[in-house]
Amino acid sequence: MRAVRVLFGRELSLAWGGGGGPLLACGFMLCLTAILPLAAGGDPRVLAPAASGASWMALALASLLSLERLFERDLEDGALDFLALGPLPLEATVAIKAVAQWLATGLPLALAAPVAALALGQPAHLIGLTALAAAIGGLGFAFTGALGAALALGAKRGGLLIAVVVLPLFIPPVVFGAGALTRAAGGGDPLSALALLSAYVLFAIVIAPVAGAAAIRNAQS
Amino acid sequence: MLKAVEIRNLSLSRGERVLFQGLSLRLSAGEVVALTGANGAGKTSLLRAVAGFIRPDAGAITFSGGPGADGESLDAETAQRESVHLLGHLEGLKPTRTARQEFDFQTAWLGGNTVAREVAIARLSLSPLLDLETRKLSAGQKRRLSLARLIAAPRALWLLDEPLAPLDERWRAVAAELMEAHLATGGMILAAVHDPLPVPARNLDLGGLS
Repeated sequence: MRAVRVLFGRELSLAWGGGGGPLLACGFMLCLTAILPLAAGGDPRVLAPAASGASWMALALASLLSLERLFERDLEDGALDFLALGPLPLEATVAIKAVAQWLATGLPLALAAPVAALALGQPAHLIGLTALAAAIGGLGFAFTGALGAALALGAKRGGLLIAVVVLPLFIPPVVFGAGALTRAAGGGDPLSALALLSAYVLFAIVIAPVAGAAAIRNAQS
Repeated sequence: MLKAVEIRNLSLSRGERVLFQGLSLRLSAGEVVALTGANGAGKTSLLRAVAGFIRPDAGAITFSGGPGADGESLDAETAQRESVHLLGHLEGLKPTRTARQEFDFQTAWLGGNTVAREVAIARLSLSPLLDLETRKLSAGQKRRLSLARLIAAPRALWLLDEPLAPLDERWRAVAAELMEAHLATGGMILAAVHDPLPVPARNLDLGGLS
């Protein structure tokens, strides 16, 4: 338990400081949101129907930003070696890193998502649902992102590779998350879409640590 | 506690290239083995295989310990997680964190205790360095921080890769004393070196490129 706390503290401190922190991700997301009206025109009749979808796309892209930091730097500077010789199995290390990633960027992004959606013309009564869906989806982004970051380990300049590996895995949460909001905006019941989103996130939480740890062992040998 | 490591008929290769075949070595409490050989002979790979990072082509690495004179056979992964230190070329320090943050994390993660931590800080004179960001440390200072980790989190087997290379005369002498103290308490050292180790050691030559 002490080891979990120690590693979690380090990961959180690394994620909050030293570039790629929550402010960067939120700033990036708001920039993307600001670009859409410039590209598609400022007509609310065009923007409002796309608000939920656009904010989820911005959320997914902003979640990519600091993934390279997750394992690549630990591999480059040798820290991964003594992480592997510590008391916890690599699977637990991957899970702890993913949870820290969620706390450091996923939750701040979940707070920024309603702002982005509101700015694009989403109805104001959906603020709470937008933040909730973004928080659940963010957990899925963090775990699938950790898997992608582990798979891209060892490839020089793996940042772009991570994006290509991870974005397809981000599609289901985007579909379910944005679907829940669109349905709620149309007066329907968002619960089934939220349930599917949660199911995907649970699936990612189970699979990503095991597969990620295998990829790390491969990169280390 | 880990009391012996036995390597039997070990074969290692990197990619297509076979590094060595049929290597056997037994390391018991209080012993040092110095691995020598040309660049690329497989010294670092052997250390990483003992740490469990590289899967051998053939042969076995077994750990034994526990109560009794020779102890009993231990699960390899448990032994590696509890009793092995690996000091490689890379120090594993994050440039923007202070030496204190990194040292405290490494010590706690590897199972250190506060008494040993204080001893390590005193022996390696780390106090003036601890509040600096690690990017401001010289190569020798970083190596002192890594040596301190070996003292602060006591583990029986030290796998050292060129441990003295960045150190000056004064700190080489200190490192020699630390190694002697480690061996006196039943520790073991397997070190890849080009220069002779400052403690009496058995030599194992891996030869040149095969």
